[in-house]
Amino acid sequence: MADKIATREAYGSALAEFGDKYDFVVMDADLSKSTKTDTFKKKFPERFINMGIAEANMITTAAGIASCGKTVFASSFAMFASGRAFEQVRNSVAYPHLNVKIGATHAGISVGEDGATHQCLEDIALMRALPGMVVISPADAIEARAAVLAAIEHDGPVYLRFGRLSVPVYNDPATYKFELGKGIVLSEGSDVTIIANGLLVPEAVNAAEMLKADGIRAEVINIHTIKPIDAELITKSVSKTGAVVTCEEHNIIGGLGSAVAEVLCENCPAPMERIGAKDKFGKSGKPAALLKMYEMTADDIAAAAKRAIKKKTK
Amino acid sequence: MEQAKKDKLAKVAQNIRRDIITEVYSASSGHPGGSLGTADILAYLYFEEMNVDPKNPKMADRDRFVMSKGHCAPALYAVLAERGYFPVEDLKGFRSIDSHLEGHPDMKKVPGVDMSTGSLGQGVCAAGGMAMAGKLDKKDYRVYAILGDGEIEEGQVWEAAMFAAQYNLDNLTIFVDFNGLQIDGDITKVMNPTPIDKKFEAFGWNVLTCDAHDFDSIEAAVSAAKATKGKPTAIVAKSVKGKGVSFMENQAGWHGKAPNEEEYNQAMKELGAE
Repeated sequence: MADKIATREAYGSALAEFGDKYDFVVMDADLSKSTKTDTFKKKFPERFINMGIAEANMITTAAGIASCGKTVFASSFAMFASGRAFEQVRNSVAYPHLNVKIGATHAGISVGEDGATHQCLEDIALMRALPGMVVISPADAIEARAAVLAAIEHDGPVYLRFGRLSVPVYNDPATYKFELGKGIVLSEGSDVTIIANGLLVPEAVNAAEMLKADGIRAEVINIHTIKPIDAELITKSVSKTGAVVTCEEHNIIGGLGSAVAEVLCENCPAPMERIGAKDKFGKSGKPAALLKMYEMTADDIAAAAKRAIKKKTK
Repeated sequence: MEQAKKDKLAKVAQNIRRDIITEVYSASSGHPGGSLGTADILAYLYFEEMNVDPKNPKMADRDRFVMSKGHCAPALYAVLAERGYFPVEDLKGFRSIDSHLEGHPDMKKVPGVDMSTGSLGQGVCAAGGMAMAGKLDKKDYRVYAILGDGEIEEGQVWEAAMFAAQYNLDNLTIFVDFNGLQIDGDITKVMNPTPIDKKFEAFGWNVLTCDAHDFDSIEAAVSAAKATKGKPTAIVAKSVKGKGVSFMENQAGWHGKAPNEEEYNQAMKELGAE
């Protein structure tokens, strides 16, 4: 695998790149160097608004600007954008269905040393519950760029989830295609379906390789759009494999795992294992060590796949 | 202000007050007290001041209005209906399942509503955003909002106050409806937000006062706000909650309560209904 780039880097670069063609405004709450919106600020200072440390006002002000026909990207850490400003997102953005795109960085446990207060593991659950909200968690820099463009072109609110940590760029920009709400099959298999998003996608791919050595053929799917979810693809795959593992850098309550469970319970119930934070807060540490401690590695995914397959035979 | 103009506005405000009572009585719920207190300001803004077109409610360069105290939806709906955005007859459907007139204003459903509000503290932030959009687009439209005096207990009001001063939003004018009462009683006893004028001054705003029931006073304040450059304006509007209905005036109990039939008849009589 080639370079490593954080999806937040790709977010900032994409804003600066698409700023030429599209007339949107970017807001930040005193974190532009971390969220990387400063890349946009340097190129388009007249379209950048620093809101200070005031996320509730940022989101609601973004709604006011959007009500005048403009598209606004409002950025902060995932914890504050989705958590502190939740009610503002609900009542002033989602309810009037305005073109506010929430660029939430520093999501998940891989924030690392800052610890639990800054490691948001609940944002997908919160945002997914809002009517009309699109929720995207891209896996690498290529996908993050494509997600930003999709958000610009989508009419309505979008929640974009980015990470702090540099992660492998596994997609080929020449061939990569992003379609809002459509999952991507990364490898085909017949024994178990592994559904992942964000930085756990490469881990899921590695897990599938490990399983191959044990004669297990895993189908790996990247569900970058948690809402609207690709129910058709998920149902089709699990109808074939009969078992499923979900992998997300989020609490196993309310996120990708829950969304997949909802689809499968209604369409084709199957044995399931969920990789993610097991209803716990995070803690300080190196990202790689934390991912291991919270059982979010390829080894953990492969083991979970075996458990899911075992449940099939009962 | 010429007497003829004043008489016209007084008549509009009286219609708005009767509409408010009709709405809340028809719905058997809603917020008459604060709504009645804002009737004169709304009559002035929509019939005298604001550049709006009821036939083209989304006109790009229109002046904007945000009812930040969204529970005063009955007053906003009344002025919009009187101005011709939708039939006055619709007001009787207020809060009912088949009506576009939700309990709190919904910009997606009601022509003329510029922002969905109801959660206190948010409307003024959205108004700040509209004013910022006007500056970004180099448009000369103005943005108005009405906040409750209790509403300014919400912290995000002060985030918006810092923002509007920081970005010199002189196209933004807010009225703080200073009636001194909130649901649980006297604002100074519940969570004292006074002195309101000094707080906004300290946040870098141009601060004015007016009598919320005197059109000359309202006009003087709005004219002074428009003449002020480089700063947003807060008009502390001294008002009477329940204004125009004797038994509702200055009564916190009429914040969110509907009149019964007898009270309805009495209120309509006091408001000059035939």
